[in-house]
Amino acid sequence: MTTARASGAQQPLLGRLRLNRHTMAAALALSCSVGLLTLGGSAAGAATPSITVYSGQHEQTTQSLITAFEKKTGINVAVRYNDEDTFTDEILAEKSHPVADVFYTENSPPLEHLQEKGALAKVNASTLAKTPSAYNSAKGDWVGVSARVSVLIYNPSLISKSQLPTTVLGLADPKYKGKLAIAPGETDFQPIVTSVDRTYGKAATLSWLEGIKSNAGGQDYPDNETIADEVNRGAAAFGVVNQYYWYRMRAELGASNIHSKIAYFAPSDPGYVLDVSGAAVLKSSKNQAAAQEFVAFLVSKQGQEVIAHSNSFEYPLDDGVTTDAAETPFAELQPNSITVAQLGDGATAIALLSQAGLL
Amino acid sequence: MTLAAAEVAPPRKFRPRRRRGRTRSTGLFLVSLLVALILLLPLAFLLVEAQGVGVQTVASLINRPLTLHLFWNTVRLAVVVTALCAVLGTGTAWLVERTDLPGRRVWAVLLVVPLAIPDFVVSFSWSSLSTAVTGYWGAVLVMTLSIYPLVYLPVAASLRNADPAQEEVAHGLGAGRLRTFWRITVGQARVAILGGCLLVVLVLLAEYGAFEILGYQTFTTEIFTEFSQAFNVAAASALSLVLVALGLVVLAGESLARGRGRVNRVDRMAQHRTDRLRLGRWTGIVLLALLALVLLALGLPVGSAIYWWVAGAQHVLDGVSILSAAGHTALYGACAGAVATLMALPVGILAIRYDGRLRRMLERSTYLVLAMPGLVIALALAYFSEQYGGGLWYQTAPMLVLAYAIMFFPLALVGVRASVAQAPAGLENVAQSLGQGRLAVLWRVTRPLVGPGLAAAFCLVFLSVVTELTATLILVPTGVQTLATQFWSYQQNLAYGQAAPFALLMIAIAAVPSYVLGRFFDRLPARAAAS
Repeated sequence: MTTARASGAQQPLLGRLRLNRHTMAAALALSCSVGLLTLGGSAAGAATPSITVYSGQHEQTTQSLITAFEKKTGINVAVRYNDEDTFTDEILAEKSHPVADVFYTENSPPLEHLQEKGALAKVNASTLAKTPSAYNSAKGDWVGVSARVSVLIYNPSLISKSQLPTTVLGLADPKYKGKLAIAPGETDFQPIVTSVDRTYGKAATLSWLEGIKSNAGGQDYPDNETIADEVNRGAAAFGVVNQYYWYRMRAELGASNIHSKIAYFAPSDPGYVLDVSGAAVLKSSKNQAAAQEFVAFLVSKQGQEVIAHSNSFEYPLDDGVTTDAAETPFAELQPNSITVAQLGDGATAIALLSQAGLL
Repeated sequence: MTLAAAEVAPPRKFRPRRRRGRTRSTGLFLVSLLVALILLLPLAFLLVEAQGVGVQTVASLINRPLTLHLFWNTVRLAVVVTALCAVLGTGTAWLVERTDLPGRRVWAVLLVVPLAIPDFVVSFSWSSLSTAVTGYWGAVLVMTLSIYPLVYLPVAASLRNADPAQEEVAHGLGAGRLRTFWRITVGQARVAILGGCLLVVLVLLAEYGAFEILGYQTFTTEIFTEFSQAFNVAAASALSLVLVALGLVVLAGESLARGRGRVNRVDRMAQHRTDRLRLGRWTGIVLLALLALVLLALGLPVGSAIYWWVAGAQHVLDGVSILSAAGHTALYGACAGAVATLMALPVGILAIRYDGRLRRMLERSTYLVLAMPGLVIALALAYFSEQYGGGLWYQTAPMLVLAYAIMFFPLALVGVRASVAQAPAGLENVAQSLGQGRLAVLWRVTRPLVGPGLAAAFCLVFLSVVTELTATLILVPTGVQTLATQFWSYQQNLAYGQAAPFALLMIAIAAVPSYVLGRFFDRLPARAAAS
């Protein structure tokens, strides 16, 4: 057994080292406290009118909307981004010392949930009138801002368009075993389950979910982004996503890297669901007027134009505004007639999903 | 300090020392108790929230087909990943600290950095490399490669501080290389190895992001579903309590395994420069193995991030925003590292120096916090601030730093423990008996002894903070972006090209403390010899 001797390195570094470490420790402590104080101080807002928006929506688009709003009204907007589900929990926890004035979401269930809890103020009637009433809260607590639809994404080298199911029930057909990609935990999937339940009832929905589970072969995808990516790369033959994921993927990767296509369910099929993104003023907000103004801006012509020209690929809900993107025009979509109120807060869908062992 | 003073002083110095020892212990106990209470805030929150849901609801949540599946998934993952991390972490630490491995300083950094790669980057780069990396084995692979540094760091610190003379004696007495490694090296580092494994298990219990991407379900993924999709905070809290119970079982297991062994060494002053084991003809093979490990754990995610950056469509980079995000990340990380280490110091000293069931339980209880998801901790702080603090500090930097310090406290504690365990109390007593004041003893004797452990503690916390996301999103001051939140924003929108630089910067920032730590360790023997 041999050992290497690494001697001769015993320099008396002590004095210098100590000084260094003193200085370092002091500098660290100082910079920490100074940094925290400045940051803490800057959190206290200025005297100009300002509101805080909690946004679960596409960040770049929200940012463009806020910039345009600030320019137009002079109202300062502070914005936080997070999952809208987490925001929902937060807003309920904040009740006694509210932070948020406006809640802007990608889906209707969080808004419906807060509405049930009595956390939302009524949206001004003039604002609600901007959007077709089918896309607003039935109680007038939130307004629909934009929308998207559920579609099938498929890889033509693995499955041809004619082999795809045209109805949502077809997803459970055993012939798709090992070919189907689903994200049962994704907020966009629950509306489909709710819709199937509305049309066919609980028992049929449950056996349908069991069929889907078996077809997915124990592989749950975390989100629609992953499904889009995996189908595009040929790791899965087809899956269910919202249309805008495919368009966003195409914008990010470039058309030459797109090896997938999208297909629609048959008109009015329960799987052909329109998901509505909406906004609400919180009842606890101390800046009701400014908050109402912001929500009104989202559905104004100007706000809708910002959404139409953004790369979020959502459909503005204003009849007069159309998107730049080369996608099926909103007017030509033929979704199922389920309403936002019927979609509710998704509790039934979640119960069914967990009963089927998918959640 | 002179020998003469020691000769004159003993009778006068010895009696007061005892009394002082007791008061110091009581003071330590009270400070530690305060720390423990702060750490139990999330648990209190869970209990309060879970009350809101009836026993029947909890029973129906737990009593469903999925639960057994989740339980089995959680347990089989924890067992295998922990075993693999123990082997990888201890093996690599031994190679870096005790052999003449070429390029040790570089390895010391490269081996630690994987801890600071966001879960998403690791999991996504693996699953985009091969679709085979999913489910159980995918989770085993990805988790092992990203959290083995939790074992490596404390073990390296402990080996650096341990007495190599024992190994030499074992050699001298004719023990084989393997036997020496097992009996002496592993023996010396046992507290650190078990501490690291404890961290691995607890981190696994609370892990969410990676499993979500790999399509692997555990208790925590289910808790997130209840929290976020079902908006059912009560049910989620009830399920989190199951997680806490699992954490308790793990803690009890670790206590049993650790026993009451101590590895104090009295002759700290007498330590001579480490004689490193010569790897000889094994050098090539060892280097290849380490290279493979680093390529898998670090090279692959970094490569993926660079690929996304290059292949992504949009290259619009807001220079100011990325710098400010990096600054905030570094600032929060450094503050949290300092706060957590300061909090861990009294608890660690109390647990090691002063025996007693109560003190041990107090120390143990602080580990539980690691088994709670970041979401729970952030919501708990928000709850207490709203309910009892009038919204004080909510969504400000101090509360965010506090949340980090709470979340990653156990990481700091393991670092502190490992070194306090090796610093003999006798040495301090000697110094005190030689007429040194208490603070002087703390500064001149205790500090150098526990120094490496404190540095390891700071770094572990810092590295973890860099990638923390769920609590950050809830508590970060409005308008402030960190590298993790900005990365998340882009990634949410499939803008991988724009997300990639943020991931790379996170990795780069993590490399700094890892490097400093490595350098710090390297100087240690020289300093110890000089003092």
